[in-house]
Amino acid sequence: MAISIVLPRALHQYARGTNVVSLDEPCPTVADALASLAARLPAVTDRVLTEQGELRPHVNVFVGTESVRFLDGLETELADGSTLTIVPAVSGG
Amino acid sequence: MPSTSSINDGNLAPGSTLILVGTTKGAFVLASDASRQAWTLTGPHFPGESVYALAYDERNGRRRTLAATRSFHWGSTVRPSDDFGKSWTGPERQTVRFPEASGLSLVQVWQILPGPADDPDLMWAGVEPACLFESRDAGESWTPVDGLLNHEHRPKWQPGGGGLCLHTIVPHPHDKQRMLIAMSTGGVYRTEDGGKSWRARNHGVRAEFLPDKYPEFGQCVHKVASHPAKPERLFLQNHWGLYRSDDWADTWHDVANGVPSDFGFCMQMHPHDPDTVYIVPMQSDQFRCAPDAKLRVYRTRDAGASWEPLTNGLPQEQAYETVVRDALTADSHKSAGIYFGTRTGKIFGSRDAGDHWMEIADSLPPVCCVKAAVVGGNH
Repeated sequence: MAISIVLPRALHQYARGTNVVSLDEPCPTVADALASLAARLPAVTDRVLTEQGELRPHVNVFVGTESVRFLDGLETELADGSTLTIVPAVSGG
Repeated sequence: MPSTSSINDGNLAPGSTLILVGTTKGAFVLASDASRQAWTLTGPHFPGESVYALAYDERNGRRRTLAATRSFHWGSTVRPSDDFGKSWTGPERQTVRFPEASGLSLVQVWQILPGPADDPDLMWAGVEPACLFESRDAGESWTPVDGLLNHEHRPKWQPGGGGLCLHTIVPHPHDKQRMLIAMSTGGVYRTEDGGKSWRARNHGVRAEFLPDKYPEFGQCVHKVASHPAKPERLFLQNHWGLYRSDDWADTWHDVANGVPSDFGFCMQMHPHDPDTVYIVPMQSDQFRCAPDAKLRVYRTRDAGASWEPLTNGLPQEQAYETVVRDALTADSHKSAGIYFGTRTGKIFGSRDAGDHWMEIADSLPPVCCVKAAVVGGNH
């Protein structure tokens, strides 16, 4: 099962310069995928999730083209080959 | 060692004056020589991120600036610079973090305070939601102070307009077991055992917005100031009310004698005179601007028995300015420099302890905090 996570430019510096991370381990849910990401790149997930493991209020995660906020949140199920895209919300600076 | 003395080169000569400015959209650094007549501005550092806390640490041979930055998207962290902001070394991991079991998540850092000279790697941070963090390695890693993290009052602390922030840290200069902190709302808390336990110390401080006007805790204290020459004496700017304590916060007494309003946010001690304190009153909690649109710093030189307006060089017409709780500061030159920033992005400074003022910067983003220092200590 391969899951791809597309990172926003602001987080490339915490991902050794890469913009897409491929996960080969089983990731049944978005939370599992982010846990696998944390094991590899904890500085990235520091900035995506709070200390309580919740999605930061102005960060969005999409599965395909749908935000997990309109699905089952971090418990949204992933299919083989899913692409997660992490993007900052339109709010900011 | 570079031979030039320039903020742009990341090098300042001993005796130079440094003003660190945090805004809602980044940090700026102003530098001058000891005369403080001409200033060089650098920044914005961290453009787009808010900076509510800055500190300068010269202990252990450092020349380190610390900035607490908050990205709208990616959270908050503390970043050091050893060249006055020319370069910053942000930590990979976010180092100010609540333990998972606390159920809390960091919103932002409101205060960074280097510890005493004889404990040169000790630092504290006050954060939102209200808690005190401690660092034993000069700010590289941080742990929450359990006595406040697990305080029995925590469920009843309520956020003020700026959030539930611990914004003031006052360590006792002669007794490391003693410290005082202040939060909005919650009020003043004091430890006598190095942070293991904390007692509310708000006796005499009014809570205008509660049915019980003098509760044990729950006051919206905006700032507390003290001078190391008289550590038992404290001054307090409240959400309505100016107070003094002469017994290390056991009791507080009203000292709003002759000010146009006792509502305000900031409060600053004179660096060399324990009887001299500065405030910038605001009209009211419903209109948080300079009273009568006249920007006036008020100074007491008799520990609150009387206050005098300082206006020379400050706008006295249509000055709808707001100065928030950490936007007033002092340097340590013999002739004290006093500085403050406004929500309209102006920085004002005085080289003579407030007698005369000049505008140092304008059109910055809204100013959250201002800290001043003299490079190499007193000169």
